[in-house]
Amino acid sequence: MLTKRIIPCLDIKEGRTVKGVNFVELRDAGDPVELAKIYSDEGADELVFLDITATVDKRKTLAELVTKVAKAINIPFTVGGGISTVEDVKFLLNAGADKISINSAAVHNPQIINEMAAEFGSQCIVVAIDTRNVDGIDFVHTHGGRQATLLKTQEWAQEVCDRGAGEILLTSMDHDGTKAGFSNELLAEISSALSIPVIASGGAGTMAHFKDVFTFGKADAALAASIFHFKEIGIPKLKGFLSDSDISIRK
Amino acid sequence: MTDVRCRVFASDIGHQTPDNNMKIAVIKYNSGNVQSVLYALERLGANAELTDDPEVIRAADKVIFPGQGEASTAMRYLKERKLDTLIKELKQPFLGVCLGLQLLCEHSEENDTECLGIFPVKVKRFVPENSQEFKVPHVGWNELENLVINPLLKDLPANPFVYYVHSFYAELSEFTIAQTHYIHDFSGILHRDNYYAIQAHPEKSGLVGEKLLENFLSL
Repeated sequence: MLTKRIIPCLDIKEGRTVKGVNFVELRDAGDPVELAKIYSDEGADELVFLDITATVDKRKTLAELVTKVAKAINIPFTVGGGISTVEDVKFLLNAGADKISINSAAVHNPQIINEMAAEFGSQCIVVAIDTRNVDGIDFVHTHGGRQATLLKTQEWAQEVCDRGAGEILLTSMDHDGTKAGFSNELLAEISSALSIPVIASGGAGTMAHFKDVFTFGKADAALAASIFHFKEIGIPKLKGFLSDSDISIRK
Repeated sequence: MTDVRCRVFASDIGHQTPDNNMKIAVIKYNSGNVQSVLYALERLGANAELTDDPEVIRAADKVIFPGQGEASTAMRYLKERKLDTLIKELKQPFLGVCLGLQLLCEHSEENDTECLGIFPVKVKRFVPENSQEFKVPHVGWNELENLVINPLLKDLPANPFVYYVHSFYAELSEFTIAQTHYIHDFSGILHRDNYYAIQAHPEKSGLVGEKLLENFLSL
């Protein structure tokens, strides 16, 4: 049976992990490769690397990191942050990334999704959508959720799917950082409407939140950062809990 | 509890370093993501050469045919370079991966493509009966089931998980040595004579994937 996926997300700045991680076994808490290996050994199903300072001149640093990660780990990983052109995608895929994730660039130029999917295949194009509820309506936001757009989240999700995205990474800015659970209602609505997998992000605080996002939220995968980095929830324990809760999980 | 299971599982698998003099050719064609196959072989201590040179491929001890992309474009490319005839003539252990598996079959529904025909098997598109439950492509970790006794599957745990990303699948056949269920059962791994093929990505399938590659290198 196809399993639900648990995906730790690592924030990267100039080739280093940021957001103070709290792993005693890490010799160098800022080394993304070492952290990636630990997660991979613990049973993470995939990894996401988000370059939070990605600019053109930093691209080379990112590509070097991608190559190091690709050489070291044997599970799939996605790279995102500042990717806007077909050239950027080519550069990172050639460096060894399995998938790339685009966000603002897709909002500004939706056609880029078609171009990237045609060039590299839908399977490696993840479209990240940051959403926030404004007076009862879900709107797409850009720039880390700070800038509102006029796009309704559900409509934009359908459009990126139609344009050839392989997966959607949906982050609820209302839930992100709250540790009060994922935005299950919106996730379920989008996941049910679309023919592609949806990765849920924003709000993970307890193991039960993961169970809820896979059942009520109908998510195909769940992403989280700090709860894994700070060891609030260990991946083996989380997977044991989900498995005992009759969620299909890779053991 | 899961923690313990993971550890036992990891230590059960174990690795041997392959013979350093072994020549491994990875067929170079217009396919994506070949790099991760090369890195996976590197992690196993094997040196592989990415090549489309018929002489190098012919002389290799092992040949790997990876792939991601679209079937008809890939077949056209192989034919233009006569790699199609070459692949059919090879006698050494040969491993098709993902699109590589599909191209070794007889025919693919992906743009109605005649393929290499090593396996008399048809490749079909997943058609979900219920799109809420089954998304296409089939992306993620799924189990290999009904494993037959075969050197490629040596020392694998029961129902091992492997990583899949695909929209087309090979039907079950007498050459199926492991199957997977998604919407319906399909061929996870095929074997005929010196030809082996895996639909999942062993290079991205954790310890199980490494064991599959290692078993292939030991054939």
